Amino acid sequence: MIPDAGRFLRESGSALNDGNLRRNLHKAMTTIRGRRNERFSELVDAPALQKINNSIKRRALADLPALLEQLEAKLTARGVVVHWAETTTEANAIVLDIARRRGVKLVVKGKSMVSEEMGLNRFLADEGIEALEADLGEFIVQLADQTPSHIVVPAVHMSKGEIARLFKDTLGEKFGEGYSEDYTEDVAALTALARRVLREKFQAAGMGVSGVNFAVAETGTLALVENEGNGRMVTTVPPVHVALMGLEKVVPRLEDVAPLVRLLTRSATGQPITTYFNWLSSPRRPGELDGPEEVHLIVLDNGRSSIYSDEELRETLDCIRCGACLNICPVYSRIGGHAYGSVYMGPIGKILTPQMAGLSEGGHLAGASTLCGACQEVCPVSIPIPNLLLRLRQEGGQPTARGRALLRGAGSTRKMGEAMIWKGWSALAERPAVYRLATRLLGMLGATSLGRAGLGAFGPGRTWNLTREMPRPASRTLHDLMRTRPQSHQDQHTSE
Amino acid sequence: MSSPPSQDGRVVPFRPEGVGVNGEKPASVYFYGTCLVDTFLPEAGLAAVELIEAEGVRVIFPQGQTCCGQPPFNSGYRREARQAARAQLALFAEPIPVVVPSGSCGAMLKVHYPELFKGEPEEEAVRALAARVVEWSDFMARVLGARLKDRGDPVRVTYHPSCHMVREMGVREAPKALLGQLEGVTLLPLPDEGECCGFGGTFAVKQAPLSRAMVGDKSRAVEESGAEVLVSGDAGCLLNIEGTLTRNGSSVQCLPLPLFIKRRVSGDSA
Repeated sequence: MIPDAGRFLRESGSALNDGNLRRNLHKAMTTIRGRRNERFSELVDAPALQKINNSIKRRALADLPALLEQLEAKLTARGVVVHWAETTTEANAIVLDIARRRGVKLVVKGKSMVSEEMGLNRFLADEGIEALEADLGEFIVQLADQTPSHIVVPAVHMSKGEIARLFKDTLGEKFGEGYSEDYTEDVAALTALARRVLREKFQAAGMGVSGVNFAVAETGTLALVENEGNGRMVTTVPPVHVALMGLEKVVPRLEDVAPLVRLLTRSATGQPITTYFNWLSSPRRPGELDGPEEVHLIVLDNGRSSIYSDEELRETLDCIRCGACLNICPVYSRIGGHAYGSVYMGPIGKILTPQMAGLSEGGHLAGASTLCGACQEVCPVSIPIPNLLLRLRQEGGQPTARGRALLRGAGSTRKMGEAMIWKGWSALAERPAVYRLATRLLGMLGATSLGRAGLGAFGPGRTWNLTREMPRPASRTLHDLMRTRPQSHQDQHTSE
Repeated sequence: MSSPPSQDGRVVPFRPEGVGVNGEKPASVYFYGTCLVDTFLPEAGLAAVELIEAEGVRVIFPQGQTCCGQPPFNSGYRREARQAARAQLALFAEPIPVVVPSGSCGAMLKVHYPELFKGEPEEEAVRALAARVVEWSDFMARVLGARLKDRGDPVRVTYHPSCHMVREMGVREAPKALLGQLEGVTLLPLPDEGECCGFGGTFAVKQAPLSRAMVGDKSRAVEESGAEVLVSGDAGCLLNIEGTLTRNGSSVQCLPLPLFIKRRVSGDSA
């Protein structure tokens, strides 16, 4: 038994038993799915757009090395410093280096999943630098000392009441008595309170950190979508702006961004467009009144180039982090993000984690799916998530040569017992006479109450039988019925 | 794998083209019963066969058929899956449709076999076979254009569209079209019909708590629909939902689509 597989089973089990969590998630997921569907139904041909987006990403990735170089050249020419980080350790060191050089004590951060990969907040805290989340959801999660439970709506697992209680209990203590206000569940009042904290921090911060939604190679432009204005604040107010991006975010042309954004915001929050759309291209230039003095872009690999080198697995990198697959997923929508125990959760997490963290760490996640395909259906870039799950299951259980070369922990989810079962299964499947005998025996077992009890008493049958009636093997199989029925439409060549 | 969008706006794998266009009736077809139907719901398989025959099409049931290999395939054991699949390939040599009373096993043959045999000596033969595979309700409604005469009493029915039927085989309307022809049947909407029932093959036991939660919600939705009968085209889903409903003391009857239709047109109960 792999320890993490056991952990997921435990954590998902306790999430399922958490009535409060289930209610919060159900409410949020129903709302967000509804909004997404409404926006999609307004599009003339959403599936065609999904295809177009898929080909934009496919084309961009096909040319990735050249595009990254082009991006670097364009940005550098305009005074943006581009850094390459192979690991999260390297990325953190780059951030720290900039912070040290500029004497930064306080960092304000927009939403960035790459920063979650890096564990940036904790890293900076250990170095004596405070990093404060400026996205309201991330702010809440940080106050609660948790990690995001969703890639777009990080505090989706919490109710209004829980957030109100959290604010009452922590704000005054953390930011000073001036922020300790009476308990309220009024959303506007809570938001105003958070804004009051953040406004002060924006002005005091020596560095703003942001993510990147798209990087345009031909123009050297970073695109950032957001709804609260915090993204604009962190990228313009502090004297230093550090943008973090995974290396898959680059697209060739400016015009590629439009169709991607069209589906990104509709998929993520059911909005035709976000409240803010930031185009970032350089530090403050002479004569300009605002903007940061320094802009840095850190391009993070963290296992991506390994994913990239396999044609099929590469489709994982098409992801634009909209979170629609989480919202539609029958598993995620019942347990939320924390049970996954990884930075990325839901269907995208199930394909990303085993590749980034290795199959020995995350391989079990690829197994935690019914392969229902709802994720692929809603994906704005049509990532074939079920097929990738199947591929990762294969690499976990019976790895290919490519898998062995590329994926850490290839073969590590193989279990002796299961391997034996499938060996037996296929041996039966290729021997029709034995198969027919076996199914007939099963039928005989099903015909007696003792036999039926036996089927539900051991192994998988027992697990099934805990909450479900055992299906009853028929006393006569279809093979029997077809062979013996009076009308002779039967096949003449019954040879095996 | 190319997945052109279907007319109603979902992304689906390619439609069964090699199976004859609307109204072009093949003289005979193969029937691939699937091991689940064979073992647990043989009556449904027989009903499916007889309903095809009633349309004047000869049905060939090769006795050598066993399991398509989906369970090991979905578990990541492709060598064993190929071994099982190879045993099925030779049984369907004639260039006629292969009708499968399941969206899931159908999709294994149609969508996943070509992937499974990529680079193998059988690749070409497998592609040719895949092109001939058609799901039973789709074959009945679209290829044969079957006209059903209902002889049953009025009944309230709801339909569970299985995930692989819809999303892998692209069969969305055919089962409802067939049910819609039955005059005594009131088809009631199933709340959240597009959500998975939680079966997922080995998922049902490997991730038992999640599976239970999912099928629990599905069963409640079935009850809420107000139907007396739940019909579905996939045996796995049906056994999962039926087992849960029965355990919870529900009075809703669960029937495979072909068996339900067969009983209606022959005036048997249900």
